[in-house]
Amino acid sequence: MSWGFLRDLLSGVNKYSTGIGRIWVAVVFIFHLLVYIVAAENIWKYEHDEFECNIKQPGCENVCFDHFFPVSHISLWALQLIMVSTPSLLVVFHVAYREKRERRHNRKLYRSPEEIDGGLLCTYLTSLILKMGFEIVFLVLFYKLYNGFKVPRLVKCDVRPCPNTVDCYISKPTEKMIFLYFLVATSCLCIVLNLSELGYLIFKYSIKCYLKRYIKKRQ
Amino acid sequence: MDWGALHTILGGVNKHSTSIGKVWLTVLFIFRIMILVVAAERVWGDEQDDFICNTLQPGCKNVCYDHFFPISHIRLWALQLIFVSTPALLVAMHVAYRRHEKKRQFRKGDQKCEYKDIEEIRKQRFRIEGSLWWTYTSSIFFRLVFEAVFMYAFYFMYDGFRMPRLMKCNAWPCPNTVDCFVSRPTEKTVFTIFMIAVSSICILLNVAELCYLLTKFFLRRSKKAGNPKHHPNHENKEETKQNEMNELISDSCQNTVIGFSS
Repeated sequence: MSWGFLRDLLSGVNKYSTGIGRIWVAVVFIFHLLVYIVAAENIWKYEHDEFECNIKQPGCENVCFDHFFPVSHISLWALQLIMVSTPSLLVVFHVAYREKRERRHNRKLYRSPEEIDGGLLCTYLTSLILKMGFEIVFLVLFYKLYNGFKVPRLVKCDVRPCPNTVDCYISKPTEKMIFLYFLVATSCLCIVLNLSELGYLIFKYSIKCYLKRYIKKRQ
Repeated sequence: MDWGALHTILGGVNKHSTSIGKVWLTVLFIFRIMILVVAAERVWGDEQDDFICNTLQPGCKNVCYDHFFPISHIRLWALQLIFVSTPALLVAMHVAYRRHEKKRQFRKGDQKCEYKDIEEIRKQRFRIEGSLWWTYTSSIFFRLVFEAVFMYAFYFMYDGFRMPRLMKCNAWPCPNTVDCFVSRPTEKTVFTIFMIAVSSICILLNVAELCYLLTKFFLRRSKKAGNPKHHPNHENKEETKQNEMNELISDSCQNTVIGFSS
């Protein structure tokens, strides 16, 4: 899987972020993306081959696997990574739009196209809210789809064509559970970082606004 | 495996490290990450496929494998390497923050700023003193803690560092006690001992670096306390040297500065 593009995107976003934003990029990059590529992909690589049911009935294993894993953990993890990184593109596009405008009008329209003020602030705040939203949505999805974050060793399956209730065994359940908890912890950390960045930006710009008004009044 | 990106990030930190820190980084990349990617993955690649139990009972092999290997050696090492490399990012962030501040001073046209070119700020190597010293020392401390925690977790989970050939398993649904055989136990033991040895060397290097930094700190403090008069002169000499260098650079880069300020 080619994650080079996502890596380049995250590095590009780093330029236009606040300090907390950069910490968020580092956390996503190292604890989310790198752990995914380096460890998680290999754990779930042969999950279907290693899923074993105590039956010789053809088709039963396939049907049971599909019943218990409608979307595999690892696919959800990959989707989450992509969706959570994408709102940052809004900021990149807005900055590019500003720079294009300055070039078209051939004069300085902004103090600095990269400085987070005015319209860019709204875009940045929107991207933060979207990021948080996606993280929460995926956490809830994980929880609902798999009844919590536990991976059981044994699941009992009675879907046709399995003749009766059949024991099916999941491979490496403990290792999968450890990495799922790791993912949940990282997601929670990312949500906390996004919340603090949101709070910091709102606080900073409301103080700025208030001071401007105060100075105008005095004048 | 995408360790190249981690290499890029940590390579930048290398510039601001002490000599022992540079040795540590080299040991980390060559003897740990490279060995992990090039050799260990091949050895552990077929670990579940070739884990064979003496039973035809479906599910027994899965359950026994999960019982004896809650988390695979290779994943534990990968996590250890990621956690051990992360504190260096603290230093990278601190350096980036300092550079950002200096660039802001330069852009404001601050008279106190001794740089004549923004490129100079980008290429400057910061000395490990002041707040950067604290960040650097904390990063070494965290590295030590992570190394120790992972080594202990390893020892605790696998009852030592040896990989046995045979394991006896009686977890349900295995009918009775069943013999299960691990694939390539000797090769795995060799690699495990190698990785543990290199971890220990890294711990020693970190301890040495910590002692070096603490010694330097206390020596500097005692120097300041002992010779307060000489210190400003010494600083002035360095400043004059830097100023002379800046003048030389500014003479040759006059156009760049004018272009930037307009």
